[in-house]
Order: sequence, then C-alpha cells, then structure tokens
Amino acid sequence: MKLIDRFKQGKCVLTCEAGPPKGIEIAQLIAELEPLRPKIDAFNVTDLQSSVLRVGSLAVCRILSEKGLEPVMQLTCRDRNRLALQSDVLNAAVLGIKNLLCLTGDHPKLGDHPQAMPVFDLDSVQLLSAVKNLTKGKDMAGNDLEGRPPEFCLGAVVNPGADPLEPQILKMEKKIQAGAEFFQTQAVYELKKFAGFMGRVKHFNVPVMAGIVLLKSPAMAKFMNANVAGIHVPDEIINELASVPKDKRVHKSLEIAARLIRELKGLCQGIHIMSLGWERHIPTVLEMAGL
Amino acid sequence: MLFTENKPFDEVLESLGNDKNIFLLACNGCAETCETGGEKALSTLRTELKKAGRKVTDTCLVDFLCNKILVATRLARHMEQIQQSDSVLALTCGIGVQAVAKVVNKLVRPADNTISLGGLQGLWPSEERCEACGDCVLDYTGGLCPLTSCAKGLLNGPCGGAQDGKCEVDSEKDCGWLKIYERLEKLERLDNLKKFQKARDHSKMMPSADLRKTLFYDLER
Repeated sequence: MKLIDRFKQGKCVLTCEAGPPKGIEIAQLIAELEPLRPKIDAFNVTDLQSSVLRVGSLAVCRILSEKGLEPVMQLTCRDRNRLALQSDVLNAAVLGIKNLLCLTGDHPKLGDHPQAMPVFDLDSVQLLSAVKNLTKGKDMAGNDLEGRPPEFCLGAVVNPGADPLEPQILKMEKKIQAGAEFFQTQAVYELKKFAGFMGRVKHFNVPVMAGIVLLKSPAMAKFMNANVAGIHVPDEIINELASVPKDKRVHKSLEIAARLIRELKGLCQGIHIMSLGWERHIPTVLEMAGL
Repeated sequence: MLFTENKPFDEVLESLGNDKNIFLLACNGCAETCETGGEKALSTLRTELKKAGRKVTDTCLVDFLCNKILVATRLARHMEQIQQSDSVLALTCGIGVQAVAKVVNKLVRPADNTISLGGLQGLWPSEERCEACGDCVLDYTGGLCPLTSCAKGLLNGPCGGAQDGKCEVDSEKDCGWLKIYERLEKLERLDNLKKFQKARDHSKMMPSADLRKTLFYDLER
C-alpha cells in the first residue's frame, strides 16, 4: 500500500526505521520488526546509513514485502549516477516496492569507506524529479519506457531544527514541486520550534512525520547535540534521563519518547521512529503514548 | 590559461530576468585571448543587449578579473554606476565572476562558460575555484560556485548536514550553501533559490576535438 493512502485515511501514520546489518544474516532484523506489524504502517529501510557498507535497502525491502510488512525504500544520491539510480527505481518497481524516500545521502567521508568516490550526480530534488518522470513513462534523457510505467509514493526529508531554517523550507518547496508527497524530519525534541516549523510549512498541504530518536543515555544526547546537524536535545530532557539510576534508564527513555509522541502527533500527520537497535522497545513506547 | 566560451545570448538574456540596467564587465586576460572577453566581445555584447532593450549603464575592461585587488582598484571609480545598476554581467571565467562577486555588493552574472583549465593554469591568486563544468551557474547562486564550495556539489540547496554553518565533511570549512544563502539574502535575490536546477550535463566538461588541437588546451603542442 502506498503510504500516501494511509495519510488520506486521516490517521496518525507510524513508520519505523530499519537498518540492514553489516553482513548477510538478516533474520534478527526481521525478528525484531515482526512484533511491530500490528502497530507500524511501514518500515523505512536505510540505504547504507552513515555511509557504512551494509546489506542494501532494495533486498531488505523485498524480503519485508514478501512477509507482508510494508517497506519504504530509501534511495540516496551518494553512490550511484543517474543511470544506476533510475535502474534501481525500476528494480524496486519490478520487486513490488511502492514507497521511495529520496535523499541526498551522507558524504562517504563520514563512513567506513572514506576513500570512496562521492558520486552525487543528482541531488535529492533532481532525484525526485527523475523518479516522477519515470512514473510518467519517461527517463531523464526524455526516452520512453516500454509498457506500463512504474507507480510510487515519493517521500523526502526536511530538517526543522536547521539554523537558519529558511534554506530548508525553500528546498522543501522545491522537493514538493519535484514530486514529494510526504516528509519525514530529523529527530525532534523541541516542541515549540517544531510547532513554529509546522506553521511555516502548513500551506504546502503535504503530510509531515515528526522524527523520534530513542535516547539511550545522557551521553548519547550530548553526542548528538555536538555532532548531529539540526538536533538539539534540551538540558531538561538530558537531566531528566540522568536523574534516574542506570537500571531505570530504559524505562525513562521510553517515557520521554512516549511523551514527545503524544505532544507531536497533534502538530503533524505522523511519527517516524528511529530506534537505532531498540526496535524491541517500540511496542512499549507506542503503548505509553496511547497509540 | 582558462578556456571559455560565450554563453548563448538567449541564455544570458533569460538569466537577466527583469533586470533593465546592466553594468558590463570584461576580462582582458585569458578571456580576451579566447575572444570571449576583451574589448571586442564587450562591444558585441553591449550592442546585443541594447538591441534586446536593456540599458548598459557603463562598461569596464580589467586585465585579470581573477585578481581581486586589481578588480577593486579598477572598479573603485565605477562603484556608483554599479550600485545604480540592477546587476553586473561579466565576460570572464568562473574564477573571474566569483572574484568580482567578492568585491561588489551586487549580483554578478557570468556571460561565459568555462570549459578547460588546461595548458598553463593557476594564474588566479586566491581561494576561488572553478571546476570548468562548461555550464556556469554563478548567475543563480549570486557569484559563489556550488560545485566547488559544496562538498557534494549540490545544485538545489543545502543538504541538511551543516553544523553551526560548517560542512559535515570538514568542520573548518564553511557550508557553501549557507554562504550562497547569505549572499542572496543580502542582495534580496532569495527567489533565485526557488528555481529548480536541472541535473548537470557532464558532457559539457569534455573539451571538443577542435579545442584539444589548440594552444589553449596544450601550450607545448
């Protein structure tokens, strides 16, 4: 099912990130995602996240699809030129994948193969436009595709915490014009800032899913504040997590995430959970959030 | 030696948008040798602009537009006309446009495409870099090159990875797109960033067989 049809149903759409392993044993990943089936609308499979070599998004998306779990395939511009990207879009269609999330991608220098050539033949806006054209039966060179064109629901990302915010909004508008039908955001911890962002983009009339990252420790929060663009975990949240003994940290972390979800779901159209290995805790978070 | 070609006039005209008053600038260095700058090209472009109903407020010929000290000295007495113009149009390479943009508080547009940095290279003395992409976009970005100032060479805006204005790849390097944003904001041209930039045509980077046979490409030939 296309994700856009879930938004049209008017419910708070829930997606969860799925990071393929570094190696071919994917049984554990599937086992962790399986219990989320009743609650999560779609599983967003990353494309060599953080520029680290892993199993690819396409293969995992297909396996999820075979198991009846709805995948969203992430597609970045980091490693493929326009021929390879368009071909992978067609591959995805052939393998029954209906949702694509189009991103620029991290620079290879940040990952485990810093020597790799950064491709970026296209950027995220041009990629969206290229996929949109494929759905109309045309490739980037203007040639016709044979037969029935592929169909996709296209997603994109935006960072509501970026400073300055304006360039992000300008680019978001271009992404919508290029074909983006929904957005997911970087992790949100500051409600007021996020509400301000939603006010600025409301007139675009495109569904936005707020990003949630489960905080595993106060150190992780501090690390993200120092190193991850556009994420700011306020001191109150860090202190709240640090105030409980270590054996109660997990519970506290889930409580914080659940509270954020309760508050955020009224401000936007969905929630995208990036659990970073804590998939097993997602059902508890959703239960605590009343979802 | 930087080899340049004139942009097609229709493309130049389109890039000017509604700008009526144009200050025309030409390089008398490499571009003069390529006949895409210098007195002759300046005069041709002035005539064409007039025919197209644009007013050329003034013109200036500078020996090496890549040299900011020279540019600042030569443009000092033209600053008033530049400020009264809607924008500056420059017959020069990608380095020249970027150097002028650092000196004048006005939108600077390229009238040439840079094709090759071959032969004798590196005449310019400063930090501006040109990739010789053959399809100059400095018009759209306010005179800062997104291909050389952004680690990913993105054409449609920043990637979202910049932290405190610095690039995700190098914390000592400014995010090129934030610089472009600040520049266009200062020039009140942020609308530029709403334009969709189509994917690059990499075939334009390939020097033609004719060019490869000339001294512009290989001085020792």
